[in-house]
Amino acid sequence: MPGTLAIRNGYVFDPLNEIDGEIKDIFIKDGKIVEDLTGAGLRDAKIIDAHGKTVMPGGVDSHSHVAGAKVNTGRMMCPEDRYKWVTKKSDLTHSGSGNTVPSVYIQGYDYAKMGYTTVFEAAIPPMEARHTHEEMRSTPILDMGGYLVLGNNWFIMRYLKAGDIEKAAAYVAWMMRTHKAYGIKCVNPAGVENWGWGKNVSSLDEPNIHFGITSREVIHGLAEVNEMLGMPMSLHLHANNLGHPGCWEITRDSLDVARDVKVECNMDVEWQKTKIDPERTQSVYLAHAQFNSFGGTSWMDFASGAKGIVDYVNKSDHVVIDNGAVPFGPATVMTGDGPAIHNLYKLTGNKWSNKDIELECGSGILTFNYLKANPVHSVEWAIGLELLLLVNDPWKTILTTDHPNGGPFTKYPQLITWIMSKKAREATLAECHKWAQDRSSLGGIDREMTLYEIAILTRANPARTVGIAHRKGHLGGGANGDVTIYDFDPTKFDVNDYTKVIRGFQNAAYTIKDGGIVAQNGEIISVPHGRTFFSEAHMDDGIEKEMLKDVKEWFKYYTLGFANYPVPDKYLRNPAPVVVNKPLEAIVGR
Amino acid sequence: MSEVILRPNGSIDIMVEAEVINPDILAGKTTSEIEQLIVWQGAKQLPLSEFFDVEGSAGSTAADTKIIVKGDVPRVKHIGHGMKAGEIVIEGSAGMHVGSEMIGGSILVKGNAGSWAGMEMKGGTLHITGNAGDHVGCAYRGSWRGMNGGKILIDGNARSQLGGGMSGGEIHVGGSVENFAGIRMNNGLIVVKGDAIRGVGAQMSGGLFVVSGKIRQLSPGFEYAGTEKNPKVGETVISGEFMKFAGDYAISKTPKGILYASANE
Ligand SMILES: [Zn+2]
Repeated sequence: MPGTLAIRNGYVFDPLNEIDGEIKDIFIKDGKIVEDLTGAGLRDAKIIDAHGKTVMPGGVDSHSHVAGAKVNTGRMMCPEDRYKWVTKKSDLTHSGSGNTVPSVYIQGYDYAKMGYTTVFEAAIPPMEARHTHEEMRSTPILDMGGYLVLGNNWFIMRYLKAGDIEKAAAYVAWMMRTHKAYGIKCVNPAGVENWGWGKNVSSLDEPNIHFGITSREVIHGLAEVNEMLGMPMSLHLHANNLGHPGCWEITRDSLDVARDVKVECNMDVEWQKTKIDPERTQSVYLAHAQFNSFGGTSWMDFASGAKGIVDYVNKSDHVVIDNGAVPFGPATVMTGDGPAIHNLYKLTGNKWSNKDIELECGSGILTFNYLKANPVHSVEWAIGLELLLLVNDPWKTILTTDHPNGGPFTKYPQLITWIMSKKAREATLAECHKWAQDRSSLGGIDREMTLYEIAILTRANPARTVGIAHRKGHLGGGANGDVTIYDFDPTKFDVNDYTKVIRGFQNAAYTIKDGGIVAQNGEIISVPHGRTFFSEAHMDDGIEKEMLKDVKEWFKYYTLGFANYPVPDKYLRNPAPVVVNKPLEAIVGR
Repeated sequence: MSEVILRPNGSIDIMVEAEVINPDILAGKTTSEIEQLIVWQGAKQLPLSEFFDVEGSAGSTAADTKIIVKGDVPRVKHIGHGMKAGEIVIEGSAGMHVGSEMIGGSILVKGNAGSWAGMEMKGGTLHITGNAGDHVGCAYRGSWRGMNGGKILIDGNARSQLGGGMSGGEIHVGGSVENFAGIRMNNGLIVVKGDAIRGVGAQMSGGLFVVSGKIRQLSPGFEYAGTEKNPKVGETVISGEFMKFAGDYAISKTPKGILYASANE
């Protein structure tokens, strides 16, 4: 029977249920995890012998750039990223190419081979939502969703400046439904608008051009709106001054802006009972912390600023970070932070692209190559690892490369070796420019993460942080039947055998999605169509009407007509709406 | 040295991608094994014997293997792609990408070569007795990492973007080149006996470029640095009187590129 499976005798790592390597059977019926399979169910089930293997929930990537206009521009401007990385078609799979920015098919296959079943695109410019959905629906296997870029949106800035938080919330709710987006992304708040005038902002309290709003006001306002609606995930923040020496300070201060915002999820979903509360506890989720943790005051005295961020995160309960690590080698940097990319262009002279997204945001793309011999790059590598190793509570950290900014997601297995093995770090440190040793604390860190912690950083916590732990990131009854089996025997696991660790995490023994095997030992076995998650958020009807009047009035500044703005239903193959702030429960002026 | 003879056995319609014609791949193989090597033609995969009659057998190592292609193969691409050792002789013209990414050994084309000959070459020798197309010894599209080692000799002319992004090795052209030869080069040597149209050494930040003939239109970012007689280029002395230019100042403030242009033309 399809979607019905019994995974026998594996060592199970399921952190949301506090299962740490127990030998246990996992059962899936009709695509969902069940406590037990009996009689006919068991008779029809496909049996997988996981004896001597590691069993985890399917991987969840909460921050990756895999769909939409900037990703595709990254593909188009880099033929050199493709011609040496080609995959031919098979009877089952599509052909494709690309290293740092693979084509959509390859992205789906490569994530699935690594044991990931769910990936979120971390930046959708609203005007490019259609393009983003086109790529998400063409990405095989993966369940996906995306975050809408709102930190420099004219309507948001106008409402927040006027103190009209309800209209701002009504706008966000309408935008989520209109563009079928999942959460709120805030990139260089107030600064990208200034980039339209060739400028930026460099502090939290600097009013921007025309709108006169500050970064502090945007961050606080959006965080408030987020909780007013009860969105699945918290604000995903890309702080100001990214990539500048000394930016760790404004990053810490930005996190503090959301400290007083009370977390409130208001999703109409069925929560499973897990040992650890599956609801998020953070009011701000810091994106690619590495790029925002630079120390020093210039490139001459550049150093890791991780300590400042780590100290703050360790004493705060309202923050989760993803690290945005740099695993060395080619990358394509792409972000809504146009001025940050321009700055990198001036430093490197590499190929650069820039775009202004009208009333909404901006973007920049640049080719990049991180080198061990480069002093700054070597420190960036160290920062990315410090951030994971020095934050005590793994439930506050998520492992990413901010694909493809720090490097491609296919380097996750390499990253895992560095956080699991001090010896692996030392081996790479020895190959790095001496700044990595001298200007970071990495060399002095003894911590070696366990498989249980890896399961937190790569599935349980990303799922909880983005509010999808009611169905993903754990193996309790009712969860989606997404399971990864790695060919590691935890009782004989040697963290210092990096080749084996990398190979094992690169090619899961089995990746199971909704109870079907999608990948086995690096080979794609089946190619189901994934879902697209989005927040069907609601606000008071009356406020929404007033808000829409404003939107229509200012639509004259857009280059497209209002009727062509929304993403039509047909752009989603398997829509998976999450009802947020259900109309009956919407309370006016809460 | 053992010889493998590949005799074209018909005319080729859609171009064939034959990177298997490489001593590294043929080494140790029998005639019939060589016949069964797979090449791509469009979306189809076909055995090498579909296009070539194979005679002889390969040596036990690449270095001990010589491949002789008897005749014109302008529609066969990637001959000697990435080869590390051994020898290839093409008794006629070769298609695109001959010797691209080659690391060692030698290729002799007794005729013309298509575009991308010696693309991103790292070592070895590629000698073309006729003319070559565009992008000889150049970086692939989108990249600026061109040839960084080895030697390319062209007895005839080459078209545009010769040695683009070059960072090592040598290219000698007996005839003339067209546009943007040595664009973005940062090291290595290019000698053109004939003329160049324009854009010679555009954006170059290092390396040495000699044009013995006429440059129709000099790139604007070069500064005159005196006239020299019989300048020494590496080990060899180039005879004649040359104007020396430094550049390209259009991109860098401190470029180390040197361009010699004939003072007589
Ligand atoms: Zn990102």
